[in-house]
Amino acid sequence: MEDTICAISTNPGNNGAISIIRLSGPDAILITSKIFSNPKFLKAESHTIHYGYIKDNMKKVDEVLVMKMLAPKTYTTEDVVEINCHGGYFTTQKILELLLLNGARLAEPGEFTKRALLNGRINLIEAESVSDMISAKSENARDLAMNGISGRLTKLIQNLREEMVSILANIEVNIDYPEYEDEEIVTHETILPKVKRIEKELEEIVTESKNSKMIKEGIYISLIGRPNVGKSSVLNHLLEEDKAIVTDISGTTRDLIEGTFVLNGILFHLIDTAGIRETNDVVEKIGVEKSKKTIEEADAVILVLNYNEELTKEDQELLTKISSKKNIILVNKNDLKQKIDPSIYKRKNVIEGNTLESEGLDQLKEKLIEMFHLAELQQKDINYLSNARQISLAKKALENIKNVQNQIMENVPIDVLEMEIKEAWNHLGLIIGETYEEELIDKLFEKFCLGK
Amino acid sequence: MKYDVIVVGGGHAGCEAAHIAAFMGQKTLLITMNKKNIADMPCNPSIGGTAKGIIVREIDALGGLMGKIADQSHFQIKMLNSAKGPAVRSLRAQADKVTYPQNMLKALNKTENLEILEGIVEDIKVKDNKIASVILSNGAEIQTKTLILTTGTYLKANILIGSENTEGGPHGEKRSNHLSDNLKKLGFHIQRLKTGTPQRIQKNSIDFTKMKEEHGDQEYYTFSFDEKPCYQINEQQKCYLLYTNEKTHKIILDNLDKSAMYGGYVTGIGPRYCPSIEDKLVRFQEKERHQLFLEPESLYYDEWYLQGFSTSMPRDIQEKMVHSLNGLENAIITKYAYAIEYDAIDPLQMKPSLESKVVEGIFTAGQINGTSGYEEAAGQGLVAGINASLKLQKKEPFILKRNESYIGVLIDDLVTKGTKEPYRMLTSRAEYRLLLRHDNADIRLRKLAWNIGCISEKQYQNTKNKIEKIEELTNLLKTKKLKKTEENCKILKDQNIDLPYGFTFYELLKRPDVNLKLIEKLIDLSYESLIKEQVEISIKYEGYINKTNRDIEKMLKIEEKKIPEDIDYNKIKNLASEARQKLIQVRPESIGQAARISGVNPADLSILAIYLRKEYGKE
Repeated sequence: MEDTICAISTNPGNNGAISIIRLSGPDAILITSKIFSNPKFLKAESHTIHYGYIKDNMKKVDEVLVMKMLAPKTYTTEDVVEINCHGGYFTTQKILELLLLNGARLAEPGEFTKRALLNGRINLIEAESVSDMISAKSENARDLAMNGISGRLTKLIQNLREEMVSILANIEVNIDYPEYEDEEIVTHETILPKVKRIEKELEEIVTESKNSKMIKEGIYISLIGRPNVGKSSVLNHLLEEDKAIVTDISGTTRDLIEGTFVLNGILFHLIDTAGIRETNDVVEKIGVEKSKKTIEEADAVILVLNYNEELTKEDQELLTKISSKKNIILVNKNDLKQKIDPSIYKRKNVIEGNTLESEGLDQLKEKLIEMFHLAELQQKDINYLSNARQISLAKKALENIKNVQNQIMENVPIDVLEMEIKEAWNHLGLIIGETYEEELIDKLFEKFCLGK
Repeated sequence: MKYDVIVVGGGHAGCEAAHIAAFMGQKTLLITMNKKNIADMPCNPSIGGTAKGIIVREIDALGGLMGKIADQSHFQIKMLNSAKGPAVRSLRAQADKVTYPQNMLKALNKTENLEILEGIVEDIKVKDNKIASVILSNGAEIQTKTLILTTGTYLKANILIGSENTEGGPHGEKRSNHLSDNLKKLGFHIQRLKTGTPQRIQKNSIDFTKMKEEHGDQEYYTFSFDEKPCYQINEQQKCYLLYTNEKTHKIILDNLDKSAMYGGYVTGIGPRYCPSIEDKLVRFQEKERHQLFLEPESLYYDEWYLQGFSTSMPRDIQEKMVHSLNGLENAIITKYAYAIEYDAIDPLQMKPSLESKVVEGIFTAGQINGTSGYEEAAGQGLVAGINASLKLQKKEPFILKRNESYIGVLIDDLVTKGTKEPYRMLTSRAEYRLLLRHDNADIRLRKLAWNIGCISEKQYQNTKNKIEKIEELTNLLKTKKLKKTEENCKILKDQNIDLPYGFTFYELLKRPDVNLKLIEKLIDLSYESLIKEQVEISIKYEGYINKTNRDIEKMLKIEEKKIPEDIDYNKIKNLASEARQKLIQVRPESIGQAARISGVNPADLSILAIYLRKEYGKE
C-alpha cells in the first residue's frame, strides 16, 4: 500500500492513563519524526523505544514514549510506529491531528488487520481472532482470542482436513486404477469407523464452540414478570456487583440490554423487558406479548413472581412461555404472607427470597453458574471456534459427515458419497481461509473495529 | 497456394484437428512424416480407460473420430468401475494397432477439404506476429492462415535404453531437429519431458497357463453415440494378469545404477502416475509384488504388450527381469522397453482456445502441450481444430467449461496450472464429475457442437431423439403409480421387497432398494437401455446432481468476473511476488481462473479484486 495510516488504537472510552496512537506504512517513521522531539529517532534501529515530546511547531503537546518497528517484522509487515501518550481525550486527538497534517491518513475500521492479512502476516482465522480480541469484554474472552492467534485452532482443523483428504485420495485411487487390486479398496465398511471418528471430533469442536461463543459474547438473560413483583430490585442488585463493567453497547439486539455483570469471568447481559425501571410508579401494561421477544432472544430467563399474591393468568402464561427455555423462578417478597400456590415449588430451579433484604440473590447467581456449567468451563483448555461464521461452517461440515453415514446405510456408491466428504473438507477449509471466497473476505473486513 | 489450416503431425491430436477443420469447411493440409504412422499407437494397445473413456465419448459428441474408429478396431471392450457409482464408469477397448491406424486413414481420406502430405516441418514463418507459412526439411514453403502443431514426442526426441541414447522418435522414425529451436526463437518456452513404454513379447514364447485370464464384458458397448456395435462378444480376445516377484525385485534393485532414470542419463521429467517399474520399487518398497498385464497388440501380428513393466534398464537386465516373471521364463523380447525424451512447450503460453499467446494463429495440441495419452491428445486436437476454424470464420472461440466436459477440465488445467510432467486425465481432476459422465456426453455437448457447426444434422437429431425419449420416460415414471393389485403384490413378494402403494414410480425409484429393473417388472418400459440408464441415474442421484449444480452456479459466478486483457499486474501493489509472476505468466481471463492458479492465494485474489473494482469500476 502506498499510503501511511494512523489511528488511536486504545479504546477512547477508557480513562486509563496511557493512550496509544499507531501508524503503519512506508512513511510512518518520517511522519513521526516531523512531530517528535528526539533527533535520534529517525536513524534509530528497529524495535527500539524513544523518549521525548510531541511538538506542534515549537509548542510541547505531550511527553511521550515512541516505539519504532521497521518492516517486515511488524504486525502489518510494514513500518510501524506506536506513540504512547498521556491519555486525555484532547491530547490524544491533538497528536492524531498532527500526524494527519503531516501526511498520514486516518485508518478505516480494521485496516491495520486488513493489511496484516493482505501482506500474508496472519491468516483469516487469526484475523478474526484479532477482531474478537478488540471487542473482548471479559477476561475469558481475551484468553480465547489469544488462543486463536496462536494458531492451535488452525492446527486442529488442519488435522481433520488431512484425515479427510487421505480418505478422499484413497477413493480416487480406487476410481482411477480400478484394475489395481493391490491398493486398499475403500468400502462402506472401511470408511465408516473413520467417518465416525471424524464426526466425534467435529461434534466436540461444535459443542465446545458453543461454550466459547458464550465466553466471547456473553450470556443473555431475560428478566420478566408482572409489574411490581420486584424485577427492578433484582436488576439493580445484580448490576451493583460490578458497576465498572456496565457500558452502553450499541447494536440491534443490544438496544434492549439494561446492563451487564460478570460471574466467574463470564459476561451476562440482562435484557430489559421494556422500561422495567419506570414501572414503579407508571402504570404500564407490560403484557406477555412484550416479554415474548426477550424470552426468544435470551439464553435463559429469570421469572420473578410475588410470594404475596396468587398466580395470575399472566403469570401462568409466562410460566408456559418459559418452559422451553433454561429458566430460574425467583419467588420474591417472602417476608410477606404466602399467597402463592405452593405447587409452584414443584418446579425446577425455584428460589425464594426478598430483594429488600438482598435475600436469595446469591442463590440466584449460583444457579446461573450451575446452569451454564461455568465452574467447569473455566478449567477447560479453550481452543475452539469462537464466532458464529466459524461455528456454522463447522456445523455444516458435521452435517456432511452425518450425511455420509446415512448414505452408507442407504448403500450410496462411494464415489457419490465422496462428494459429502469433499464438501466437509471445503467447509473446514473456509474456516481457516484455505478456500477462496471473495465475499467472505469483504465481510470479514467490515467486522473489524478501528485500532488494530 | 494458401491453406486455411495446416496441421503438423498425424497422431491422435493431428487427425482430429485436421478432420474437424476440414469438416467445418476449412481448406486443410495435414503434414505427417509417414502416412503409415497416421494415428499410430506407439504405447499401450488400448483406447479409453478411466476418465479417458469419457473423453472419447466427448470427442464423439463433438464430431470427432476417435470413438467411431475405436469401435471399428477393437478386439475387447470393458466397462470399468461398473460396480461403482455412475459418475466414474468408463469404457476401455483393446484397440488393434494395425486396423486402428488403417481405419483412421480411411476416414481422413474420405474427408472433403483435407489433403495429407508426407514431410517434416522444420521452421515456421511469422509476419506481423501472425503465422504466415511453414518450411519443410526439403526447403518447400507452404503458406497458411492458421497452424496447428501436434508434433507428439517427435521434437528433438531421444530414445533411451540404459545408458544408450539415440536420436529419433518412436518406431525408429526421424525426429524434428529444428522446429523446437525455431519455436523458442519465436518466444515459446520449451521444456523437456519424458515418457516410456514397456517391452513387447513374442506370443508363442509366453506360457499363458501361469497367468490369470482377463475377459471382455458380456454386454455390447460402443464409444460412438451414432453407431451400432460391429463386433461379436464371443470373439473378444483375452488379456492376462501376472505379477512381479522377489526375484524380479532383486534383479532391478541390484542394477538400479544401470537404469537411465536412476543412472542419471535422463533430464526430462517423467509422469508420477505412470512410473517405470524401478520407480515403483524404489517408491513403494513395502510392496511384495506389482501387477502386470499382457495385452495383444493386434490380430495381425504376434506381439504382446507387457503393461506395467516400463523401464529404462539396459537390454541384458531387461532380459533377466522379463525371464524372472511367471510364464515368461522363456519369453522372447521383440522390442525392449525404452524411455523417450522430447521437447514440449509450456502450456501456460496457450489461451483456453489452444491458440498461443505468443504468435497469432498458432495452435498446439497433444503431447507438445505436455499431456500424455491418445485420448487427451485427441480431445485437444479437436478443440484446436474447431477454434482454428472459428477464428477463420471470425467467430468467438469454443471454450468448454469445467462443468461441461473433461476436455474442458483438461485444457483449463493446462493453460491455468501448466504442467511439469506429462499430464494425464484422472477422474479426480474433475470436480463436477457427477455431471461429466460417459453416458451423457452427447446430452452435454451436442447442442453446443451443433451451434458451432462441428457435427452433422444426423448426429444432432440422434441426440434430440434421445433427449425426447428420456423426457418421455421420466414423465411416465412421474405419473404412473404403484397400484395394489394382486399381480403386483405377487411380484414384490417374489422379489422379497416391501414397497408402499400409491406412490409414483419416480418416487419409488429414489429408494435405495429400488432400481429400474424392478420397476420394469411392474410396468411396461419399452425403452432402449441407454435411455433407461439416463433416466435412472438422473432420478436416483437427483439430490446429488442438484447439489453439484449449486456448486457450479457459485463457480460460474466468479468465472463471470472477467479480468481485462490489458491489465498490468506490475501496477498492483502488494501482490505476493510469486502470485504476480504467475498472474503475468498465465494472464487468467477471470477471477475464477486466477483462483485456480497454484501460488495465487486468497489474499492475492482479494487484492486483485479490490484493484479491479478500483481501476475498472464496479463489475
